[in-house]
Amino acid sequence: MDAEREVLDVLARNAREDIDDIAAQTGLDAESVAEAIDALEADNVVHGYQAVVDWDRVDEGKIRAIVEINVELDRETGYEQVADQIAKFPAVDALHLVSGDYDFAVEVLGETMQDVSRFISEQVAPMPEVTQTVTHYIMETYKDGGIRFEDGDDDDRLSVSP
Amino acid sequence: MRLSDRARDLPESGIRKFFELAEARDDVISLGVGEPDFSAPWAARTAAIDSLERGKTSYTSNRGMAPLRERIAVHHERYDQSYDPADEILVTTGASEAVDLALRALVDPGDTVAVHEPTYISYGPGIELAGGEQLTVPTRAEDDFALTRESLEAAGAAAADLLVLCYPNNPTGATMTEEEYAEVAAFCRDEDLRVIADEIYSALTYGADHASIATQPGMRERTVVVNGFSKAYAMTGLRLGYALGPADAVDAMNRIHQYTMLSAPTTPQYAAIEALDRCDEEVTEMVDEYNRRRRLVVSRFNEMGLDTFEPGGAFYAFPDCGGDDEVFAEELLEAQGVAVVPGSVFGEGGEGHLRVSYATSMRELKEATDRIATFVEERD
Repeated sequence: MDAEREVLDVLARNAREDIDDIAAQTGLDAESVAEAIDALEADNVVHGYQAVVDWDRVDEGKIRAIVEINVELDRETGYEQVADQIAKFPAVDALHLVSGDYDFAVEVLGETMQDVSRFISEQVAPMPEVTQTVTHYIMETYKDGGIRFEDGDDDDRLSVSP
Repeated sequence: MRLSDRARDLPESGIRKFFELAEARDDVISLGVGEPDFSAPWAARTAAIDSLERGKTSYTSNRGMAPLRERIAVHHERYDQSYDPADEILVTTGASEAVDLALRALVDPGDTVAVHEPTYISYGPGIELAGGEQLTVPTRAEDDFALTRESLEAAGAAAADLLVLCYPNNPTGATMTEEEYAEVAAFCRDEDLRVIADEIYSALTYGADHASIATQPGMRERTVVVNGFSKAYAMTGLRLGYALGPADAVDAMNRIHQYTMLSAPTTPQYAAIEALDRCDEEVTEMVDEYNRRRRLVVSRFNEMGLDTFEPGGAFYAFPDCGGDDEVFAEELLEAQGVAVVPGSVFGEGGEGHLRVSYATSMRELKEATDRIATFVEERD
């Protein structure tokens, strides 16, 4: 595995790893780790670093919804153009073009359910290319960013064993 | 009730004491665990559940289900080991049963069995129960705890009848290279020693492929290889292992097995078939994660001044604690709430060292090594 990939594997698990710890885990020296991170950022492989938040545990937390969007394209308008339009809304947390029954899967983040539905009905649905939207409010999140949301640890191994 | 002398004389494992000390506190980070912190791959668990739903709850063939033995044979081609599933493979209840059967099948009362130490704690008692006598061959920190011809000769192992090997090693994490095995194999051929090679950690090697003494010239016919699913597939509690060896040895082991165990448990055999068919990728992911932790742990111990050689396998590091390992481990637990196992528990040559298991999350490893560093600093 090349250095960038090794560093990426560590960061994808925990973006807060410091350079020395990444160096220790990968067997690279700190300088090479720093270079690899710079390259990953410069090449837009790593776009940013975020916390994995369980919004249900935050007072005045946020509401999330997954919105399916169907679009109709014409000669002048492709998926890229529609995506540009949708992505510019700050409420849009993630936007993917997907295969299957609909075209875009959008993750929307809002303060309240009303916020989210207003955003969809007033901003997204009226777009000329959009033919249909289906909104799924997220009721409960069990796992996100590869991390299982649960209390404490469930390590039931004996604390010392041969 | 009156107990047999044999049972009464069997010593309590030194691990037990540390288990009790660690259990008495609830704020302990344990680096004392000898099993994976992952669960068995989901596909393997599903196969076990599915077999139960289909009512597959009867005995299997004494030697283990034929489709499982066939897959084990194929699986071991990756180590250049070639065994006939019909009569050279025996599926057992954990690798532990395979070790016990091999000892009972190969040791006569009064036979001498050479065991390198420090090593896993079961061989000595197993030898005793088989009526043999253990001859200890200490391995040395300066050899990174690999076994050498020189150590065998110095310990008088030429007079032994059998040699028990455990590489990748618990507790040191040491591995053996082909070249190192060539030397040991030559000694075994010269002195007519048979070998039990416990290779339960074969899937967990870092940087170099697993080597086996059984593939050295003239060694296949004098070696029983023990392996299993516990460590590679995180299936410790499912208790499934196996032995590979020449037909006469496997047949003898099977004769004991058919009276004492009848067959290995059925449900885990279904899980194991699935594990061998479909779970290589999960094993690779686990190995990659162990490898990152291994590097972190080794570098942190060396940074805090506890010399630690780079272990090539298993999930243990074996730092030199620079003094009495039992005192160090007890005081560390008391002062910082970190549990490690003193090296001396694993026999001669382990003293002055600690077995540190990195089968625990990166976050806990960092916290634990921070605490150990504080302990070392305050101690100086």
